[in-house]
Amino acid sequence: MSREPEKFSIWFFIGSLILIYGILILAAGIRVAIFPPAAPVVLAHLHAGIWWGALLIVFGGTYAYLFRPTKRGQ
Amino acid sequence: MPNPDCILLLQAAPRHLIELAPVDLIIIIIYFVAVLAVGFYLKSRAETGEDFFLAGREMSAWIAGLSFLSANLGSLELMGWAAAAYEYGILAAHWYWIGAIPAMLFLAIVMLPFYYISKTHSVPGYLKLRFGEPSRALSAITFAFMTLLMSGINMYSMALVMKVVLGWNIHFSIWVSSITVAIYVALGGLRSAIFNEVLQFFLIWLGALLIPILGLIEAGGWTNLKAEIARNVGPSYTHLWSTLGSFSDNPMGIHWTGIVLGLGWVISFGYWTTDFLVVQRVLAAKDLRAAKMAPIIGAGFKMLVPFIVILPGLLALAVLPMKLTGEAAAVASGGHSYNEVLPLMLARYCGPGLLGLGITALIAGFMSGMAGNVTAFSTVWTYDIYRALIRKNASDEHYLSMGRWCTVVGILVSIGTAYLVMQFLSIMDYVQALFSFFIAPLFGTVLLGMLWKRCTGAGGFWGLLAGTVSSISLWLWVRLDPSALSIIALSSHAQDMAENMYRALWSWIVCVVVTVVVSLMTKAPEPLQLAGLVYGYSEVPSEGEMPLFKRPIFWAGVVLIGFIVLNIYFW
Repeated sequence: MSREPEKFSIWFFIGSLILIYGILILAAGIRVAIFPPAAPVVLAHLHAGIWWGALLIVFGGTYAYLFRPTKRGQ
Repeated sequence: MPNPDCILLLQAAPRHLIELAPVDLIIIIIYFVAVLAVGFYLKSRAETGEDFFLAGREMSAWIAGLSFLSANLGSLELMGWAAAAYEYGILAAHWYWIGAIPAMLFLAIVMLPFYYISKTHSVPGYLKLRFGEPSRALSAITFAFMTLLMSGINMYSMALVMKVVLGWNIHFSIWVSSITVAIYVALGGLRSAIFNEVLQFFLIWLGALLIPILGLIEAGGWTNLKAEIARNVGPSYTHLWSTLGSFSDNPMGIHWTGIVLGLGWVISFGYWTTDFLVVQRVLAAKDLRAAKMAPIIGAGFKMLVPFIVILPGLLALAVLPMKLTGEAAAVASGGHSYNEVLPLMLARYCGPGLLGLGITALIAGFMSGMAGNVTAFSTVWTYDIYRALIRKNASDEHYLSMGRWCTVVGILVSIGTAYLVMQFLSIMDYVQALFSFFIAPLFGTVLLGMLWKRCTGAGGFWGLLAGTVSSISLWLWVRLDPSALSIIALSSHAQDMAENMYRALWSWIVCVVVTVVVSLMTKAPEPLQLAGLVYGYSEVPSEGEMPLFKRPIFWAGVVLIGFIVLNIYFW
């Protein structure tokens, strides 16, 4: 196949979306930690939103960086 | 292979389970924007029929593999099997392990070379090359018809789940999701569908993985979980094989022969090797090695899916304060049903943000399933019905245009089906059953076609027809006389699950016997006609010069070992 590959790799796209989700979830987790709701979820003291959001930021950020548009391939 | 009971039982749920925060809605809206952006971005890449229907055959092994798995990983599947795990225990994991892994590896190593080397666009296309036009027409027409109906059922199911879980308006859910899928598939074709399926794969894992992690923390680990389940409902719920010696020893009412021969052999091999919805993703691979690796990669991840689907169902048996019941009892008592187990576990552990991600994963699952049905339909309609039977010699641009239009028309018909199902719920039950009629016999036909040189066109056609008719007949027999189940499943203790297994097995046997008998009575095909289509007459490129770790057979072996270890561990 001689055609040029896509300018944006699918992995860059997925990484960016996960990065954005990670930022939103981390922010929501911090907010819940500061202002706990009246009816918290089970295991709320583990602050899953904070560390899951951070994990998504690392995972998504790594993918977005490794497959940024200057690098080619799927 | 979605669990059909889930849809019917959700119908009666009176209230919604989850309240979303603004951040959750933002996450869902971003998802819709993202999938549309993929469609618009990839529009310029769908310039030819090959681009639109087979993604230009440019997909890497990883993209084809994850898409291959995602096309099957719909939300109905996730919610239905989590409910089944609550109801039947770890036996539900059979649908992910013996009911998938051997078949996916068999597709990769044995069958795929014939699909790929023949350069067919579809499974009915292979039947045309191997058996002639009648077999293709029979397979294509039934597949196209059933695919659209299934798409409509999935659409209605999604809207129903959104209503039950979130309280969303059912018409809003149907139209917003359908228009979104229509736009991104009509613009970017299979490539757009595949890229969104890969995105969905990540969203499902990231949205659902937190439930088993937090659930195991709450339960105190696997050993404590097993002990708690044994106290609550009995020890048989955490054993995969040891209770299958008798129909009456396990919660599912099934025997190991049904699991191994019905599910593990006929249903699983039929679905994973001949259902064009999943096979189409593999045909889009860039070369034969990528095509063979794709199902192996898919199998590796499929093996892990029970940890986000079955485990939450088992955890619910231990940690939920209330007992879930069948839908009728739930409606009568105002409690919760089995089918609400996954949303209940999601709401139990996930606060704002995480809840949005979990719901996005469910929506993504539904939309990818719908897109999978529509792309498969548009390919089979355009190549195997329209080009084969209606207009044979049009230009590639014409067929490309037809593909785009029939994507839109397919979505509209699916919407019509969704509304039809809304009015006449029993249709859904029949369509689910109808779809299963074709899978088992088709596997018999394709398998003999690929592996037996003597198999003739007449044998293939009559075998497929006889197998399908026998499957329908057995289904009707049990509907008219429920006691017939004990004859079909060979036991008076057999329950509903066993019927599907044994019906598939019998219809496959009928298909194979008729195919063999008719083939032996008709003139053997010329060897020249079989080149590239049958084992023994096809030159499959050697992998001898590849390093071991690059060979598909090596990775298939790795996955197979993982599969065996899991089955022994959870024996």
